[in-house]
Amino acid sequence: MSAVLDHPAHPAHPAHDDHHDHGAPAGWRRWVFATNHKDIGTLYMLFSFTMLMIGGVLALIIRAELFQPGLQFVNPELFNQLTTMHGLIMVFGAIMPAFVGFANWMIPLQIGASDMAFARMNNFSFWLMIPAGLLLASSFFMPGGAPAAGWTLYAPLTLQMGPSMDTGIFALHLLGASSIMGSINIIVTILNMRAPGMTLMKMPMFCWTWLITAYLLIAVMPVLAGAITMTLTDRHFGTSFFNPAGGGDPVMYQHIFWFFGHPEVYIMILPAFGIISQIVPAFARKRLFGYASMVYATSSIAILSFIVWAHHMFTSGMPVTGQLFFMYATMLIAVPTAVKIFNWIATMWQGSMTFETPMLFAVGFIFVFTLGGFTGLILAMAPIDIQIHDTYYVVAHFHYVLVAGSLYALFAGYYYWSPKWTGVMYNEKRGKIHFWWSLISFNVTFFPMHFLGLAGMPRRYADYPMQFADFNAIASVGAFFFGFAQVYFFIFVILPTMRGQGEKAPQKPWEGAEGLEWEIPSPAPFHTFETPPKLDMTATKIIA
Amino acid sequence: MMKSIFNKLTGLMLAASAWAGTALFSAAHAVSDLAGGPSVNQLNLQMPATKIAEDQAWLHWFMLILCTVIFVAVFAVMFYSIWKHRKSVGHKPANFHESVTVEIIWTIVPFVIVILMALPATKVVVAMKDTTSADITIKATGMQWKWGYDYLKGEGEGIGFISALDADQREMSNNGGPKAGEVVNDYLLKVDHPLVVPVNKKIRIITTANDVIHAWMVPAFGVQQAAIPGFVRDTWFRAEKIGDFYGQCAQLCGKEHSYMPIHVKVLSAEDYSKWVAVEKVKLAAKLDDPSKVWTAEEITERGAKVYAANCVACHQANGKGAGPIKPLDGSAVVLNADKNVQLSVLLNGRVALGMPSWKQLSDTEIAAVMTYTKNNWSNKTGQLVQPADVTAARK
Repeated sequence: MSAVLDHPAHPAHPAHDDHHDHGAPAGWRRWVFATNHKDIGTLYMLFSFTMLMIGGVLALIIRAELFQPGLQFVNPELFNQLTTMHGLIMVFGAIMPAFVGFANWMIPLQIGASDMAFARMNNFSFWLMIPAGLLLASSFFMPGGAPAAGWTLYAPLTLQMGPSMDTGIFALHLLGASSIMGSINIIVTILNMRAPGMTLMKMPMFCWTWLITAYLLIAVMPVLAGAITMTLTDRHFGTSFFNPAGGGDPVMYQHIFWFFGHPEVYIMILPAFGIISQIVPAFARKRLFGYASMVYATSSIAILSFIVWAHHMFTSGMPVTGQLFFMYATMLIAVPTAVKIFNWIATMWQGSMTFETPMLFAVGFIFVFTLGGFTGLILAMAPIDIQIHDTYYVVAHFHYVLVAGSLYALFAGYYYWSPKWTGVMYNEKRGKIHFWWSLISFNVTFFPMHFLGLAGMPRRYADYPMQFADFNAIASVGAFFFGFAQVYFFIFVILPTMRGQGEKAPQKPWEGAEGLEWEIPSPAPFHTFETPPKLDMTATKIIA
Repeated sequence: MMKSIFNKLTGLMLAASAWAGTALFSAAHAVSDLAGGPSVNQLNLQMPATKIAEDQAWLHWFMLILCTVIFVAVFAVMFYSIWKHRKSVGHKPANFHESVTVEIIWTIVPFVIVILMALPATKVVVAMKDTTSADITIKATGMQWKWGYDYLKGEGEGIGFISALDADQREMSNNGGPKAGEVVNDYLLKVDHPLVVPVNKKIRIITTANDVIHAWMVPAFGVQQAAIPGFVRDTWFRAEKIGDFYGQCAQLCGKEHSYMPIHVKVLSAEDYSKWVAVEKVKLAAKLDDPSKVWTAEEITERGAKVYAANCVACHQANGKGAGPIKPLDGSAVVLNADKNVQLSVLLNGRVALGMPSWKQLSDTEIAAVMTYTKNNWSNKTGQLVQPADVTAARK
């Protein structure tokens, strides 16, 4: 980012002077009025890292409280607020915007487009996130504290919440609107602005996974908006959608929420699959195995994600046929996911691998994410789920797929593309320290949670029976180490690259990397591909 | 055959974990296994006490072993490749990047495997869902934050009581948990009135709730069912062992979510009959006559008990509340000369502020606790509330 930050109108830019562009505005105007996809991508990523830190602090307060049985630091009311806000902030504030940031930076570069299709809407969808983030983070200081109904916001508990529930709902509406605009932008960009020769089936996997994710977002964000709007009218305008006192149905809320919520978890993992599918071939120096089947597998996962939602509700009580249907459908998702894992391993097979930090995180992702995938399969079995539903087993499962999955892929992507963004190489040794530190502390934190869940410790508990004490203590220690690893990452890896400290990055720092982003200088000039590039047969190289 | 092996494995793992627990952490927390509840540093599901829980434990082992084998096989390939196909050992990249045959094979194989997994699970789902021909039917009502049990059908019909966490343990939690060296094996699992059922009888539990969604869960029985306000759901179990079994509310239900445990006492058929007989006598004796006129002393004494059982968790023994919880000591609502002000709060709650409705208490209990709060701590109103006042206000 350094070069981008300091010299917005890059001197190396060949078409600068004879173009109607007069250089980007400087100072704060550059960011507030940003319409450049690279600037907006940077903003998204800085925002999401800030939210990651806030959500992380909340998580550490939770783990500090759970270090020992008994209440030490927070009361149960505040504890529920912490778990709720940790979930909301991490899902909507950290993971989702980070992927949108990657999309903004990389999709135009990868398909040879000059910018995103709707540059001003792009600006708006980013700046909508700021008030939303402020509303979420500041809800702790409202009367009655932050929302405390869990990130799933189940009715009728939400009907008992204080005024912060309304600001929370408003914040989610804003984030939803932002996501929908971002998705429209991505779809239009990918479908209309590809360079000549960049056919859909030659597109980099990251673009493919984001195209599918964007459709998922457009399909389900309105569903969430509907659910929380009904909650809002139940709270204030006397309706009874979910309020049993007026004949409403709380289970209907769960159905609507999870109809959004299950595709949502794929929204958070599909772009991660895309990033991994770019990195593994680059460091194996071998083409991605089964490109077409990767596209089909991603689409199958997306389609299946719409018919599995009620596996989150096995204990809500549903007829035996319902339980069987959702069990089978959920287990079916294991098939396309397995295909993806096999493809990655087949890509590595007979390659010529090196293990720089992006590859380490990618391999770590495949290994640990698969573990989370298997616990997902175990949870999908309705009879087993009856015992471990809403226990720490579930907490372990979704952190294995969301932290070791999505977050690791984001880290991998950062290490892979930051030379292109900033023009300098990150420090390899520090990257490796960050990887091993994160991998070990992550497992120390979350692996014992499987045992806690199997033994029957329910989630969202501020205090617990003494028998659970040791594993909770281990998890808490691990969590603090994991948290510090990310502070280390920011101070010793991100900051130096942002300031331009480090070895100068070559145009293509990775020997085996392919794609248009490596055909332009590092750091990427402020404007790229102002005239569509001429591509070779594989659509990975510029020939004129 | 397979099942007995798995059961032995479970026993072994429990023993191993108990050993690990004592060896590693005995200094930190003096606690031992709780029969029918969690064991110290337990690694797997709780010891099953019903056929269904046994099937679930079997299924879990089946899945665990199958998944582990696949995991090890797949990652053996990956790590072999990482070991052999490195640039640093001079490996040159091959050129292949697709094979329809291979793709078809590794789509079909996982598909077959998940079908194999689903088959035994289907049998258990069907068995779990069959709540017909129960011997005893009990309604479990989730309330913020305790369980109400009503025996609807079968031996013991008509019995009903409220089951809440032991007040001392709740206090202990506020004070930072059990003190070092203090042995509380049933910490946060002890209730005032456990649910009592006979052994080897099919018990159908109907769940519902008064306020928000709760979940009735007893791991040893392999049972978890959400209790949903305005709706009824059901589940069942047939305990095969006599003893005490524990569970906790599994669905986030507000502030005291961690403090509404479930304790099921399984008795032999004779003991159960005896319990029912005693309970019926107590029930008759306990029936308060709502038209009775109480003296100030009598009703305050009764009120202190009601307070200790229901109010002390939030409003504290000193009546000062804590954090967002309003104090009662010196409260304008409590001191108000118009009894109906406080009465309306008790009957309707102030849900937005965290105060639930207490209308499930009897008229006598509400009158008693009101009189107590109006004349305790620094509150000296001298007001006396009679059950008849509550009866009138309910109309």
